[in-house]
Order: sequence, then C-alpha cells, then structure tokens
Amino acid sequence: MTRTTRLVILAVAVLLLGGVGAGAVLYTAHRSGMRDQQQANGPTVLAGTVSLRPTTGRRLLVRNLAWGPHRDEIATVPADDPQGPRTASAVKCLRFHAAAGTGICLQAVHGALEDTYRAVVLDSHLHELHRFPAAGIPTRARVSPSGHLVAWTVFISGDSYAGTDFSTRTAIVDTRTWAIDDNLETFHIVKDGRPYRAADTNIWGVTFADDARFYATLATGGQTYLVRGDIAARTLTTLHRNVECPSLSPDGTRIAYKKRVKGVSPDAPWRLYVLDLRTMKETATAEHRNIDDQALWATDSTLVYALPGDYGSDLWTVPADGSGSARRLMTSALAPAYLG
Amino acid sequence: MYLADSRSTKAAVAPDTRPGRRPAAVPGTVLALGAVSLITDISSEMVTAVLPLYVVAGLGLSPLGFGFLDGINNGVGALVRLAGGHLADRGGRRHKVVAGLGYGLSALCKPLLLLAHTLPVISAVLAADRTGKGLRTAPRDAMISLATEPEHRGRAFGVHRAMDTTGALLGPLIAFAVLRATVDGYDAVFTVSGCVAVLGVLVLVLFVPGRIAPVAAPTSAVQLPQPPMPPRPVLRDALGLLRRPELRRLTVCATLLGLTTVSDSFLYLLLQREGDLPAHLFPLLPLGTAAVFLLLAFPLGALADRVGRRRLFLAGHGVLLLGYGLVLSPWHGAPAVVAVLVLHGAFYGATDGVLAAATAGAVPAQHQGAGQALVGTGQALARFACSLAFGAAWSLWGGRTALAVTAGALAVSAVVASFVLRTADEVPT
Repeated sequence: MTRTTRLVILAVAVLLLGGVGAGAVLYTAHRSGMRDQQQANGPTVLAGTVSLRPTTGRRLLVRNLAWGPHRDEIATVPADDPQGPRTASAVKCLRFHAAAGTGICLQAVHGALEDTYRAVVLDSHLHELHRFPAAGIPTRARVSPSGHLVAWTVFISGDSYAGTDFSTRTAIVDTRTWAIDDNLETFHIVKDGRPYRAADTNIWGVTFADDARFYATLATGGQTYLVRGDIAARTLTTLHRNVECPSLSPDGTRIAYKKRVKGVSPDAPWRLYVLDLRTMKETATAEHRNIDDQALWATDSTLVYALPGDYGSDLWTVPADGSGSARRLMTSALAPAYLG
Repeated sequence: MYLADSRSTKAAVAPDTRPGRRPAAVPGTVLALGAVSLITDISSEMVTAVLPLYVVAGLGLSPLGFGFLDGINNGVGALVRLAGGHLADRGGRRHKVVAGLGYGLSALCKPLLLLAHTLPVISAVLAADRTGKGLRTAPRDAMISLATEPEHRGRAFGVHRAMDTTGALLGPLIAFAVLRATVDGYDAVFTVSGCVAVLGVLVLVLFVPGRIAPVAAPTSAVQLPQPPMPPRPVLRDALGLLRRPELRRLTVCATLLGLTTVSDSFLYLLLQREGDLPAHLFPLLPLGTAAVFLLLAFPLGALADRVGRRRLFLAGHGVLLLGYGLVLSPWHGAPAVVAVLVLHGAFYGATDGVLAAATAGAVPAQHQGAGQALVGTGQALARFACSLAFGAAWSLWGGRTALAVTAGALAVSAVVASFVLRTADEVPT
C-alpha cells in the first residue's frame, strides 16, 4: 500500500466515522428536544408562584419531570390532589428538599469545559439566599425540621485506590451562620463502641432529628451502618447495620431506609424497610420492588419514594407498618417535600 | 562475565532506519503509535468522564460500594499484560497484531455501553475494555523501543507519553461538548467515542509498520527470519528473561519502588484533607498532575537520554519523595497544592516513559514485548499491593502517619534501588 492509498483510506474513514458521530449527535439532540414538547396525556403544568410557606393548605413539592417547558422545575400540587394540575416555579433543581420556609436545591452548572454543581439555599419565595460549590453529582438533599440546617450528598468518582469506584461527599450548612462542614468524613467515628478510622469511609443520606442531631449512612469495609450524628461534638456513632439512605419519621421514633437483602439480583438489591429506634426491630414494607431513594414520610404512617417511570421517575406511596400495598402517587416526579 | 551484558543488549536491539533514510530522533512509527494512543485516549477518557454522570443521573443508579470488579481486574489485567507481551514476541514479531487486538477489543466495548443499563453489565464491559488495554500496552512499548535508536529512546517514549496524555486531557472536553450539544445524550457520547476508537485502530493498521525490522537484516514479508529463540516459546521463556541480571535488577527496583508509591487517589485524598482544600476543587487535582506530566514527558525523556534513564528514574522518585514531604509539611494553601501537583507530574514525567526506555535497553530485540510486560506488571502489581497496605495503614494510624511511613519506606527503597541500579548505567559516551 502506498502512502497516498493509506491517506485516502484514512480520509474516507474519517468522513464515514465523522458522519456516524455527527448523525448520532444530531439524532440524540433531536430526541432531547422532544422533551421540551408537552407530552400527550401528561399532567397539566402551569407557571405560577410557589411558596415554601403555603397559605392554601398542605402542599406537595416535587421536581417536575413531565415533558414540556417546565421540565425539571420545582412544581407544587395540593397534598390531597397529587394527580392534579402542577404549578411550576421556574427554579430548576436536580435534587430538592424543603422545610419550614427553607429550601435546598442542588443544581448543575454547564460550564465550557465540564459540568460543575452547586447547592443553593432558597428562602420561602424560592429566592437564592446563599450558594455553595458542590464536589460532584447531586444525589440526596435534606432540610432540618426547623429550616435552620441543610445537608446534601454528592457522588464523586475516581476517589478510591481501586480506580473506577465511587465515593460520596456529604456537607451540612447552618443557614443562621452560613458555616459549612463540607465533608462529614472528618467527623469522629465511634463504631461498635470504639473510635474508628479508615480511608474508605463514605457518608451519605443525612436526615435531621433537630438542629443538634441527625442520622445518616456510614459505609466502610464493605458494610453500611446507620449512624447518629452529633453536630456540636462532631461525632458519628453506629447504631445498626445494613441501613442506607435513612429517613426519620416526623415523631422521631422510626427510620425508613433501603436495606440490602440477600438472594436477589445484584443490580436490584434494595428493599424499603422501617426500623423502630426503640426496639431496633426491622419491618419490611409492602413495597417489594428494588428502591433506590431516600424515602420521605408523608405522615407518621405513610412513606413516599421514587421508582423509575416512563419519564424518568414516578412517586409511589406505601404504609410504613408493612400493611397495605404500594400505590402510585404521581407520575413524572422526583424529590418530594411536604409543606404546610 | 556480566561485564558484557549491557553492551550485548545494545548490539541486539535494532533501530528503525530503512535504507536511504536518515535516522530520525523520533521515528515515524513512534509518532504513529503516539497518534494511535492520543486518539484511543480521547475515546476512553470520553467514556470515563461521563460514566459517573451516566450511572447516577442518566440511569438513576447508586453506584456506591459496587467495586466494579477492581480487585479481580488488577490481577487479570496483570496476567493479560504478561500474555500480551509474550504473544507479541512469539514466532516472529507480532506486536502490531496483538496491539491491534487490544485496541480493537476496547473499541468494541464502546458501542456495547449503549446496551448496558445495569451496574453488573457496565462493570463487565469496563473489564473487557481494560483487558484490551492490558493486551496492547506491552506490544506498543516494544514497538516504540524497536523503532527507535537506542540512544533516543527516552525522547521517543517521552513524545509518546505526551501524546497519550494530550488525548486523556482532550477526551473529557469533547465528551462534555457532545453532552452539551445533545442535552444529556449519553448515547451520543458512547457512539462518538466508539467512532474515535475505530479511527485509532485504523491509524494503527495503516500507519504502523507490521514488521519493525533491524537495519542490518532487512526482511521481506514472505521470508520469515529464524529467530534465535525456539519457534514457539512458552510463558516460561518470558519469565526466564528474569535470568538476565540487568532486567532482573530493573524489575526488582521498579517493583520495590512501586511498593512504596502511594496511588494517585490516596495522595489526592490526603492533599485535600491535610491542605483543607475545598471539596469542590478535588476533581481538578488529577488534571493538574496530567498537565505537568504532559509538559515534562518530552523534555525529561530527552534528559534521560543524556544523563541515563535509571538515574532519572531514581531522581523521579526523589521528586515524589519531596512531594510527600510537602503534603506532610505545615505549608498549606493553594501554592502548596500546586507545588505538590507539579512534583507529582514531574515524577510521572521522569519515570513513566523513562522506565520503558530503560527496560528496552535491558532486553534483546526478540523479547521486547515480554520484557516490557514483565517490568510494567511488576510495577503495577506492586502499586496495587501498596494501595491495599496503605488503606490498612490508614485505618490503623490515620492517613498522615501512613504517608509518613510510606515516605520513609520510599526513601529506603530509593537508596536500595540506587545501589542495585548503579552497577550498569547506559549513558551514551
């Protein structure tokens, strides 16, 4: 083969491969563009005012995933009519939570070189109070019942000796002082009654009891633990094994969580459980599918959580005491929060 | 009796100087292989850059604690690398074929990602991708050695590593440009990555000569030369290379120093915690190292040709030791972090390609693949062992003390290595 032949082959290949690549980009961009069109049979979503101190009864706030111009915006529905028309706020968040007039919104910032992320604390009118850079891809967000503290967890990759592994960073901010603890891994860990440290610790899924105590997941040595965190003492104390993404009930007596169960498919290992903190008794809920979310307590007896759906994810609900059965609460929604 | 050793290897290796051509400092074959690596790294780093986002945001999965078969991967990767080097040397030089298989396998994995929607499947595809990487590394380095005049190998490997790193830095930029143009179109990223990977294989097929022949013995494609070794060598022969004192010394030193080289991730983790670096700056740390490596790979490779590769390899570890000292020192803040990254990048510039160049000088031409694989595998396995030990030490004593202990061990290893390697250095006179 002469040099010219080889160069011609290369040029042809570059054109062909370039064509395939460009075609894929154009097709995918077109497909993505469809998501800005209102979907048939989708919920009605209208622009409006969303408040974190609702005056018209109890409201459910979600990240709206329904196709159309308000996709990914925080939207609200009456708590007793979740299938009803949604009021969209124009504020876009990947993850969101709110309580007592304070909101935490985790957003992506599309930079020229790569995506970065930020955590934005919102006031009751969803106006930005303060923003913090976040270290990676948002996954969990929570506000304390008083609205004073906010916490979030992000995934970062490549932060492990073994290479492609993932790890987490969890931060807590006091909205009264704007003081931030940007890595809970620096807290002192007390595991099974003894001080503990390891390079492989990961902490995620904060759920607040009050402005002094919280619960979260600690992972180390291939095992997950429910930990109780003390903000003033900067300690994390293990309480129970095999608990991920805890969510404390409003009365503070139970934790809803993801439990990794044995004998199921390794890519769908989690089931929704409830742990009684007084007796440490575990109760399986009637939701038998794999769940990968930090559940939310709608009331002291009902849980809400996200499952994959046609447009990303749907919200489902199930009684917390193991009775009844799972029921779809609303389609095309994620990251719920009840207010009022 | 070993006096002649370093001389004899020098005579056995063959520069790529076809009749009528002036021997170039960096031969076309090396540039072609550099281009293949650059293109392939764009492709693979495109995937690496978006994969976490794809898994978490695209698929909505929680990848924590999944492990991605990394432990197994490291072991299998080492074996594949040895096999790749050995196969490439077998029955005449089939470096290009084996390297091509490696590049091809990785290219094949990119479209497979389009079909992978669960963590076990994604993990399996990544494992296959890495198998391809393991397979091609040694034959590629062997081809670089064979194509280059012995006295210019440091420079040649430097050029190759700089091109390789350029690809690694470009990949994420292209990936995020595609992601932006398509609004979270991960499929498009994987498709484009696949196309880029195919292009890399094509450049290899078209522009890297199939037989990198010695000048003294030009061979035609039909007429197979009788290699001075048995026609079907077994893996034992590859390991038998360790009977060559020079290669043995190099392997022992690379392994010894690898055992005391803290993995990048641990170093970044410590740098962040000790230096109170804001968490969101963490993803920038590897970029800093890569940028310095890119800038220094060529000049340090050329320097290695002048002052001696083993000497520079050792000096590189001295630089790393300085970096560890800086992490442990009370000097914190942004300038300290930048200084550590500069030292860390310089360490790679002074050791990565330079070790391959030093290895090339210690192995006869017909065993280049196996020789490169042996040294590289020893180093990789040692680094993995160090990671496991370092993780355990961190649990026992905390990260700071673990680094201090490792730094002490690195100093001892470097002194031992300097005695072991002192015996014969191949500084051109």
